[in-house]
Amino acid sequence: MTIASSTQFLCFAALSAAVAIGALGVVLLPNIVYSAFLLGGVFLSVAGLYLLLNASFVAAAQVLVYVGAVNVLILFAIMLVNKKEAMAEIPGLALRRVLSGAVCAGLFVLLLRVAFITPWATPGPEPIGDEATIRIGEHLFSDYLLPFELASVLLLMAMIGAIVLARRDVLSADIVTGEPADQGLIEKSRTPLLLETPAPASPAMPTPVLEKR
Amino acid sequence: MSLELPTTVPLQAYLALAAILFCTGVWGLINSRNAVRVLMSIELMLNAVNINLMAFSSYLDGQLIRGQVFAIFVITVAAAEAAVGLAILLSLYRNRETVDMERFNLLRW
Repeated sequence: MTIASSTQFLCFAALSAAVAIGALGVVLLPNIVYSAFLLGGVFLSVAGLYLLLNASFVAAAQVLVYVGAVNVLILFAIMLVNKKEAMAEIPGLALRRVLSGAVCAGLFVLLLRVAFITPWATPGPEPIGDEATIRIGEHLFSDYLLPFELASVLLLMAMIGAIVLARRDVLSADIVTGEPADQGLIEKSRTPLLLETPAPASPAMPTPVLEKR
Repeated sequence: MSLELPTTVPLQAYLALAAILFCTGVWGLINSRNAVRVLMSIELMLNAVNINLMAFSSYLDGQLIRGQVFAIFVITVAAAEAAVGLAILLSLYRNRETVDMERFNLLRW
């Protein structure tokens, strides 16, 4: 065993241990802020695995998109919705956890069996090094051109959809009466619309009357 | 015959790692009470799929690396999914003032 291959084994062992332990921490830790930071660690370790697989471009994309965008977005979401709330106890929660753990363990055994029984016709990893980026560019602009353009449309749709979903009501005039309406941009306490706790006054939201056409 | 050690990391090791990651993600997806953690579990599952794609791309398709192109598309879709999912979560939180998955039962029978 040469030094290069043993280094590769050591890197793989360290990175996969980081991925597995980090993923367990993401799922199991009670504090969700720690979970979010561990998720960033998992993303970085996966990027390291991509480097081991001779894919420098995808590793860079992983770091930029996942660690730089998705993880920061998740941290911002945690910051916006971080309210200490006591989760109500649910009967049979432990049983549910055990059952779903058993199902996941079964799925894991199934996947392992498939991975180890199938005779992969493996020629082994072929290092193409920096050629990979060139090859990806050729793919994206020749035979994967249509999915590439569709991805741009998808990103545009996701951006507009996220803005529409997450903004507050910014209508400056009431649609029906035309009177100037409250823009609702300032955070203020208001009754949540759909809580099941009985509101002290009138019901929070009147049932909408469907127009007959 | 000699039992010789492999000189490179075998493909099965990557597949097993991806299986661990995917099953952890599924367990978290089912059992999380916090809606943000559900989104994080989905990201874990997408990363597991990406590891599989990259391993197959390097080991079975070493010259035409189509798996890497697929991984890039998966990353794109995951970014869009995270943005829209967190926007939905924010508007849900604004209406119900909770992130408890058990209390999002609007569409339940």
